[in-house]
Amino acid sequence: MAFTLYALIQTAILFTNAIAVLHEERFLSKIGWGAEQSIGGFGDEPGIKAQLLNLIRSVRTVMRVPLIAVNSVCIVLLLLFG
Amino acid sequence: MNATVAHFSSANEKQEEAGVRVKAYHRLYRRTSQKMDFQQHGYRATKPRARASPPIGGPLLFDDTSSGPPPTNNQNYYSSGYNMADASAGGQDPGAGSLFADPMASAAMMYGSSLANQGKDIVNKEINRFMSVNKLKYFFAVDTKYVMKKLLLLMFPYTHQDWEVRYHRDTPLIPRHDVNAPDLYIPTMAFITYILLAGMALGMQKRFSPEVLGLCASTALVWIIIEVLVMLLCLYLLTVHTDLSMFDLVAYSGYKYVGMIFTVLCGLLFGSDGYFVALAWSSCALMFFIVRSLKMKIMSSFSADSMSAKPQFRMYITLASAAFQPIIIYWLTAHLVR
Repeated sequence: MAFTLYALIQTAILFTNAIAVLHEERFLSKIGWGAEQSIGGFGDEPGIKAQLLNLIRSVRTVMRVPLIAVNSVCIVLLLLFG
Repeated sequence: MNATVAHFSSANEKQEEAGVRVKAYHRLYRRTSQKMDFQQHGYRATKPRARASPPIGGPLLFDDTSSGPPPTNNQNYYSSGYNMADASAGGQDPGAGSLFADPMASAAMMYGSSLANQGKDIVNKEINRFMSVNKLKYFFAVDTKYVMKKLLLLMFPYTHQDWEVRYHRDTPLIPRHDVNAPDLYIPTMAFITYILLAGMALGMQKRFSPEVLGLCASTALVWIIIEVLVMLLCLYLLTVHTDLSMFDLVAYSGYKYVGMIFTVLCGLLFGSDGYFVALAWSSCALMFFIVRSLKMKIMSSFSADSMSAKPQFRMYITLASAAFQPIIIYWLTAHLVR
């Protein structure tokens, strides 16, 4: 496979968008991946599932606003240049 | 000296305004380079858990082992201040070998150099906001002996006994003093050499064009980025508390380029058979190297004491990372050696 840097940027944007659209109460709680269900004890280190849920939640919180900007830029550029 | 060192290191750690830090760095660099200290300090206080005694490594990383006695450094100091001194002296003493007879021009030059210094300070501050430059300098503090030993180790790691990264007061030693420490010089150079070699190989097959070179470079870079991101993700998910920073992982995944260069060279010189022999040899050597190096860092790090992530997962990460190397070597070099 020949990757260009543009492909990498596209992949990153698509992945981040995919994580950001996972809705908290409509989807994640239904399959048991909600935020409030993963709070474990404070003495233990969290397991893999808890780490993954933490990661998803933090990505959604942090990347919400930058994703709006990046997606808008992408839409404008794709409209202008195909 | 101690007061300056303490001030330098504490200012460095708290990340105060960059102007003070850069100026203190320059002052300290000149003083220590004149003394030619050879203390065994490295600087890498990155993760909070690995932070210990204040590191003073920055200027000491660049003891110029190839230069002569201190008077050389004195001359460097003098010549680097030459322009400023000359510009200031030029306006006052036009007849004594100054650059400009016109006081206006010398004043303009002084103003220009002060503007340049301000610009440099601003650039340093902005860069330090994204990436700790001192952490990066640790990885480039190498010398010739280290590079030769490390290349030999990458190609033939089977006789090396001691794989521990030596520490000095809780901070790792710089690569110049410890052959087990990862560096970024070899991966960078190997990457660039690989791109040039790929261009040459494609040219020998009459398939060369300048776009292909850029494509090859960005493909290899993207594979490095993917590998580093996957490793970081796995280490995060399994809550493995190591001091493997991002630059360490970039270094370890960049060592495969040495194997790639060797493989491509053998393929070009000895045809298809030589290519596969060299591929097997460098794959085995690289897998051994990666497993031994990462085993020390990943397996012996203390993880969750509740067995939520079983310890064999850490072995899986190490083995998967090692098994990925031959695959990617083959993938990135097969099309060069038809």
